[in-house]
Amino acid sequence: MNLVTFSGPPSSGKTAVILKTIEAIKQQGLKVGVVKFDCLYTDDDELYRKAGVPVKKGLSGSLCPDHYFVSNIEEVVQWGRERDLDLLITESAGLCNRCSPYIKDIKAICVIDNLSGINTPKKIGPMLKTADIVVITKGDIVSQAEREVFASRVSTVNPDAMVMNVNGLTGQGAFEFSTLLYDQDDHIDTVTGKKLRFSMPSAMCSYCLGETRIGEEHQLGNVRKIELGDE
Amino acid sequence: MISKDKLKNSSIKEIIEEYPYTESFFEDQKLAVDDKEKTLKEIFSELTIEEMEDVVFDLDQFADSLSSHIRNMQEFLGENDSIVAKLSILAGNNKDGEKENYEKLDIHSGEIISIVGPTGSGKSRLLADIEWTAQGDTPTERQILINDEVPDKKWRFTGGKKLVAQLSQNMNFVMDLSVIEFLNLHAESRLIDNQAEVVERIFREANQLAGEQFGREAQITSLSGGQSRALMIADTAILSSSPIILIDEIENAGIDREKALELLVGEEKIVLMATHDPILALMGDKRIIINNGGIKDIIDTTAEEKELMQELKVLDKVLTDLRDDLRYGKNLSRISEELAEIKSA
Ligand SMILES: Nc1nc2c(ncn2[C@@H]2O[C@H](COP(=O)(O)OP(=O)(O)OP(=O)(O)O)[C@@H](O)[C@H]2O)c(=O)[nH]1
Ligand SMILES: [Mg+2]
Ligand SMILES: [Zn+2]
Ligand SMILES: [Zn+2]
Repeated sequence: MNLVTFSGPPSSGKTAVILKTIEAIKQQGLKVGVVKFDCLYTDDDELYRKAGVPVKKGLSGSLCPDHYFVSNIEEVVQWGRERDLDLLITESAGLCNRCSPYIKDIKAICVIDNLSGINTPKKIGPMLKTADIVVITKGDIVSQAEREVFASRVSTVNPDAMVMNVNGLTGQGAFEFSTLLYDQDDHIDTVTGKKLRFSMPSAMCSYCLGETRIGEEHQLGNVRKIELGDE
Repeated sequence: MISKDKLKNSSIKEIIEEYPYTESFFEDQKLAVDDKEKTLKEIFSELTIEEMEDVVFDLDQFADSLSSHIRNMQEFLGENDSIVAKLSILAGNNKDGEKENYEKLDIHSGEIISIVGPTGSGKSRLLADIEWTAQGDTPTERQILINDEVPDKKWRFTGGKKLVAQLSQNMNFVMDLSVIEFLNLHAESRLIDNQAEVVERIFREANQLAGEQFGREAQITSLSGGQSRALMIADTAILSSSPIILIDEIENAGIDREKALELLVGEEKIVLMATHDPILALMGDKRIIINNGGIKDIIDTTAEEKELMQELKVLDKVLTDLRDDLRYGKNLSRISEELAEIKSA
């Protein structure tokens, strides 16, 4: 089985791109399944199910979805193997800009959209910086110049990535992208023993863990203070 | 290849002096630089845990990334290897697996090729084949050559330089910028030397294409449809890094379409134009007829068709004038005189 991890900001087009890509991959007679990781809510599983794709979802609740991802990815891999998938895709909601779910030696894809603003590439940190392939969506609604500026910002933040335009609505570029996803010679039976590409900030603050009271004495763990200066 | 060790032991100031474009790299990578005289190694040894998290990479990975960035930019600036004087499309198959009805189509820079065919006939696939520089590895099995050679893989994957730029009807500006700010931003990303001059030229050309004039300080998001289109076309013609431009219909409102094509072709671009409009289609040197997923025919625009286009333009003008009259509340009158003029011309 092949394993590919997708991540990217909310509504960037991850599900749309994955669905269009699966259409192309199915033409090769391959069996594809998806597991969606999100925080509180998602109906992506419905979309996959409708397309006839085996799917599971996991909600992390108050935890960072990427931390939740690492704690569960082995079980997810076993789920995929039991179903005899040729390709298992994970879709993670890129809600935490300080983490990324990518694993060393496992294909990592970041989906980001042209509408999100030209400062987004620099804001979303590890999820973009450590991806192998960056897919840019929604090129159909912005001008050529904005697309060029956006792509060049993406390349500055991750100079080693392959950068591709895929349209989540029309599927333009999805066939080409699909040829990069599956590799016959790749076999993943387990991810146990593999390492994350980027160590997730470990110390969380007291508020991550449910603290609601405001004030210095309640601030534990990883706390940073704002610099207001004298000006 | 730039030596990673050399980068690690150079000061930020030295690196920026040698490779000026790295300044925005350091900024976008969110590396906390308090003193530009310090070497990369020194800076990394002094980062706090939070600052390490911000920059994501360790020193070694950062140096790798920096060296890739420099290589990308050097490639981007070395324009010579990316001049597309000739694009060739070698025949593949249509949806039924039958060989397309031609052998090889050569398109030279400065040429306009129209693409016609019913919706869903395979226009987007043709474009995708070109963009991907297909080598028999797409559903149509077409092959694309650039300057008679199998193209470099960089056309598929680099963020900086794509083979095809696109202009279509539903594209909008989404940034909150004035016309001049917008053009400067695009020019900066292209790292051109004579920025002020180029920006001014695009502004002028765009205004010549637009039916209604607009100012330098106008917000791009508030431009009319015709003005937006004019600015997009002038900007793409002069500043886009892509040698091939795909146009998906240019609506005949608020913009001089013939001038727009002249501008694109004058910049030595290859122009591909998907259209259902006879005037636009006849502005092409050739037209590709697409049907059932394949190229069914390639027709050279004849001298008679070029004359027809002139007649259609007169007809078009008559209609435009009628629309204007209607809009400004005038009474409309018969057009037999104008029509007679076409006949006698
Ligand atoms: N115009 C346009 N719309 C797109 C494109 N790709 C996706 N969309 C639309 O963007 C919206 C969000 O797409 P999704 O695929 O649900 O995004 P997502 O990243 O999976 O979202 P979450 O999983 O909720 O974070 C949907 O309405 C899509 O139809 C594109 O290339 N162009
Ligand atoms: Mg989704
Ligand atoms: Zn996190
Ligand atoms: Zn917290």
